[in-house]
Amino acid sequence: MAQDADKDVQEMVAQILAVRDRRDEAAFAALFVHFAPRVKGFLMRSGASEALAEDCAQDVMATVWNKAHLFDPSRASVATWIFTIARNRRIDAIRKARRPEPEDLDWGPEPEPDQAEVMALQQDSARLVDALEKLPEKQRRLIERAYYGDLTHSEIAEETGLPLGTIKSRIRLALEKLRHAMS
Amino acid sequence: MKIRHHLSDKLLMAYSAGALPEAFSLVVATHISLCDECRARLASYDAVGGAVLEDTPDVAMSSGSLAATMKLIRERAAADVGPSPRAPEPTALGMTETVLPAPVREYVGGDIDAVRWRPLGGGVRQAILPTAKDARVRLLHIPAGVAVPDHGHRGTELTQVLRGAFRDEHDRFGPGDIEIATEDTHHTPVAEPGEDCICLAATDAPLRFNALLPRIAQPFFRI
Repeated sequence: MAQDADKDVQEMVAQILAVRDRRDEAAFAALFVHFAPRVKGFLMRSGASEALAEDCAQDVMATVWNKAHLFDPSRASVATWIFTIARNRRIDAIRKARRPEPEDLDWGPEPEPDQAEVMALQQDSARLVDALEKLPEKQRRLIERAYYGDLTHSEIAEETGLPLGTIKSRIRLALEKLRHAMS
Repeated sequence: MKIRHHLSDKLLMAYSAGALPEAFSLVVATHISLCDECRARLASYDAVGGAVLEDTPDVAMSSGSLAATMKLIRERAAADVGPSPRAPEPTALGMTETVLPAPVREYVGGDIDAVRWRPLGGGVRQAILPTAKDARVRLLHIPAGVAVPDHGHRGTELTQVLRGAFRDEHDRFGPGDIEIATEDTHHTPVAEPGEDCICLAATDAPLRFNALLPRIAQPFFRI
């Protein structure tokens, strides 16, 4: 089960890199089949009508194609990266608000990410999906409601009960390497 | 820069979930621009969002949606002529270091020289940045050694130090540090001697006084 999830996340990374490097339409179609209906469901749970969610999901997937060069497999899983695009689309299209983003770290010479580090982060991400599914129902529902935009910032609980420490440490190391390469 | 005061988990999760007012998002984005520790913590909260998306039940796309998306992609490619009009980052051009991090520069329309300051009295100056009205954010310039009068808070106030430092009864806040103050926080921040202090401060408190009252009756942080 966990191994299947590992295989899936690695395969999705390969697909998005094929989109990035070769503009591979078959790989994109596979990602579309997996993610577009989830993004649509995500946006409908965030309060969008079916028609709006359909339009926005297509728009999000077009952005996945257009911005594939920004995907960094040592810092995010494909699901995480697509979540951030879908979230921004929701803020923009549904809440009609603007979202300031941190300064990019993408400029400068791009170091080729270490394969072992990429794999480790992708496996951590797969395990996080697993951990979320295993949370007590009430706790899981609260996290889902937060990410569906159903809670205000004062209603959001501090404690997720999810193992975030390893992902954080790994990304911290990746950032250190990036800083080092940039200086 | 050695950062001692970081974002709370609650703020990071709310920013990741897209639940913060624009003014708070600007302060969080500014802190993350300066702090790799919080950038990594945010990435872990984004990973929670990825897990939630992965677990979200499918809703079938309309037939022909993939073809429609490919059409959208081709239309965008045709409309996209040449490089993006966004100006290159000054730091990327090897120019001198900027005072304001990129997210703040976008709201100011330039670096510190482009800020349109308004006097607040006592040599303190502020510039309110244009955001949605559910919370307000401003730049503050406090001369070295000058105290900010005692002020209570309604709701939450975030104060991100960009240059210089301030102290209050509890602690010191230097460049990169963020202070998270709640309703219960009563303090008298004083800019340290030596260098003027420049901060980015946001609050979700409602206006306490009518804007037509004389300035003397206004709370110090009138925005």
